Amino acid sequence: MIGWRRYAKVISGGIIVALLCICGLGAPLLAPYDPQEQSLEQRLRPPSLDLTTNPHIMGTDNLGRDLMSRVIYGSRISLMVGAATVFLAGILGCFLGAVAGYFGELIDETINKTTEIFLAFPFLLLAIAIMAFLGQGLLNLIIALVLSRWVQYCRVVRGEVLSLKEREFVQAARALGASNRYIILRHVIPNTLPSVMVIATFAMAVVIITEASLSFLGLGVPPSIPTWGSMLSEGRSYMYRAPWLTIFPGIAIFITVLGINLLGDGLRDIFDPKLTRSR
Amino acid sequence: MIRRRLIGAIPVLIGMSFLVFFLMQLAPGDPVTLLLGEDAEPHEIEEVTREWGLDQPIIIQYWQFISQAVQGNFGESMRYGEPVTQLVAERLPATVELALASMLVAILIALPIGVYSAIKHNSLWDHSGMTVALVGISVPNFWLGIMLIFFLGGQLNWLPVAGRLTYGVNVVPVTNLVLVDALIAGDLAAFWDAVKHILLPAITLGTSFAAIITRISRSSVLEVIRQDYITTARAKGLSERTVIWKHTLRNALITIITILGLQLGALLSGSVITETVFSWPGIGSLLIQSITTRDYKLAQGVIFFFALVYFFVNLMVDLLYTWVDPRIRL
Repeated sequence: MIGWRRYAKVISGGIIVALLCICGLGAPLLAPYDPQEQSLEQRLRPPSLDLTTNPHIMGTDNLGRDLMSRVIYGSRISLMVGAATVFLAGILGCFLGAVAGYFGELIDETINKTTEIFLAFPFLLLAIAIMAFLGQGLLNLIIALVLSRWVQYCRVVRGEVLSLKEREFVQAARALGASNRYIILRHVIPNTLPSVMVIATFAMAVVIITEASLSFLGLGVPPSIPTWGSMLSEGRSYMYRAPWLTIFPGIAIFITVLGINLLGDGLRDIFDPKLTRSR
Repeated sequence: MIRRRLIGAIPVLIGMSFLVFFLMQLAPGDPVTLLLGEDAEPHEIEEVTREWGLDQPIIIQYWQFISQAVQGNFGESMRYGEPVTQLVAERLPATVELALASMLVAILIALPIGVYSAIKHNSLWDHSGMTVALVGISVPNFWLGIMLIFFLGGQLNWLPVAGRLTYGVNVVPVTNLVLVDALIAGDLAAFWDAVKHILLPAITLGTSFAAIITRISRSSVLEVIRQDYITTARAKGLSERTVIWKHTLRNALITIITILGLQLGALLSGSVITETVFSWPGIGSLLIQSITTRDYKLAQGVIFFFALVYFFVNLMVDLLYTWVDPRIRL
C-alpha cells in the first residue's frame, strides 16, 4: 500500500470514533430531548423527517421517549464502559504480563497458570457468569469485563517482555544499576505499547458488543440507564409494530464497532507491516 | 509431551472449578430463602440448608462440589429439582446441532471467499471479500438475529423464527439431533421443516464465525502461496489448478482446521445469545433462564459444563495439531 491508502483505514475508523466521542461527550447539547422524558401521547411515533408534524427523527419508544436522544445518550455508556474496561484491563494485564515475563520462574508460572484458568472460559461466558452472580450495575459490568479481558494483554505483553529483556538496551540499563521497577516502567512497558494499542482497539470493539449483549440479556446496567443493548431488548417486544426501536440502536452498535475495527486494522497495518503483507 | 500437556491441564481444571464455585458465593441473597420464599418456616430453611450442605464450611462445600463434578454430578437445580447433568443432557443436542449447522453455514460462505481472495490478492474481489468480513465481524449477532426475524420471518414470512420443528411435526428421537433423526426416519418433510427452523439461528450464530474464517483462510493461503515449494511447483509447469488444490490448499488447511476447532468452543458459548433470540431450546437458553430465575446451582453447573467443553475442545485441538504437524511443540 502506498501513501494515503496505507492510512485509509486508520483515518476512516478514526473519524467514526471521533464523531462517536463527540456524540457521547456532547450528548446534553446534541440530544433534542431528555432521554428519560416520557410522553404517552407521543408513544410509538414512527421516524420522520418532517419535523413540523413529528419532531422525532428516529421516532419514539413505547413510553413516548425520543429514540434519537436515547441513542445519543446510549453512546456515552458504550464508550465509557469500553474505554474504562480497555484502560483498566490494559493496566492490569500489562503489569502482570511485564512482571511475569521479566522475573520469570515462580512468578511467571503462577501468573501463567492464572491466565490459563481465565482463558479456559469463553470471554462472553465469563462475563455472563460474573454478571449473573454480581448482579446488574455499571461498576459490576466494568469489573466483569475487566476480569474477562485482562488476560489477552497479559499474554501478549509477557511474550514481548521475554524477548525485550534480552535486548541490549535493557541489559545496558541493568548494567548501569537501574532498578527492576525503573527498567520495567521506563524501558520494557513503553516498548510493548504498539502491540498493546492494537489489542486495546480490538478489545474495545469486543467489549462494546459484549456490553450490548449483556444489556440485551438484562445482565448489564440497570434499565433506568439508556444503553443500546437494553433499547434493543425493549424494542424487541414491539418489533413488528415499531421496528425502528430495534433498527436504530443496532445500527449505532454496528457503526461504532465497525469504526473501531477499521481503526484496529489500520493500526495493525502500520505497526506490523510484515503482517500486512500476508493479510 | 502429550502427558505433560494433560498433567498441566489439572491445575487449570482445579482453578476453573474454584473460580466457578467462588463466583457462586458472590451471588446476592441466601439461595435457600430464594427457593423457599421470605415466609418460609425456620425449620424448613434449616432442613434445606442441611440437605444442600450449605451449613458446612466453604472449603468443605468446595470439596463436595469438585468431588461430585469429577463423577459427572454438577449438583441439582433449585427450581426443577432435577440433576443439572440431566437438564444439560436434555438440552445439549439442540445446542450441538445449532453449533454444527452454524459452522457448516460459515464454512460454505467463508472458505470460498477467503481462498479466492488470497488467490486474487489485492484485486477488487479481494477488497470486497475483506470488506464483507469486516462487516461480518462488526455486526452484533443478536441484532442480526432480530433483523432476520423481522425481515425474513415477519415481513416476508419465508422462514420460521422460533423452535426446532413446527408444532405437530414429530420425529422419533434417536440421537436427539432433529436433522439426523428425521433422516434416520426417512421423513424428508420433517427434515425440510427442521432445516427451515435452523437456518436463521445458524446464519445468526455463523456470521461472525464466517468473517473470522474468511480472514484466516485468506491469510493462510497467502502464507502458503509465497513458499518456495509453490514457486517450484509452478516452475515444474504444473497447472494452476493443481498448484492451488494440491499444494496450496492442503497446507493452508492445517491452520484453517485448527481455527475451526478452536472456534467450535466459542460457538457453543455464542449460542447463549442466539438461543435466547430464537427461543432455541439449548443449554444457552437454559443458562439465561437459570440466571433470570436465580437458580444459581443450575447456573453454576451449566457455566462449569460450558467451560469444561470449551477447555477440552481446545485441548483436543492442541493435541491434534501436534499430530498433524509434528514440528509443533506444546
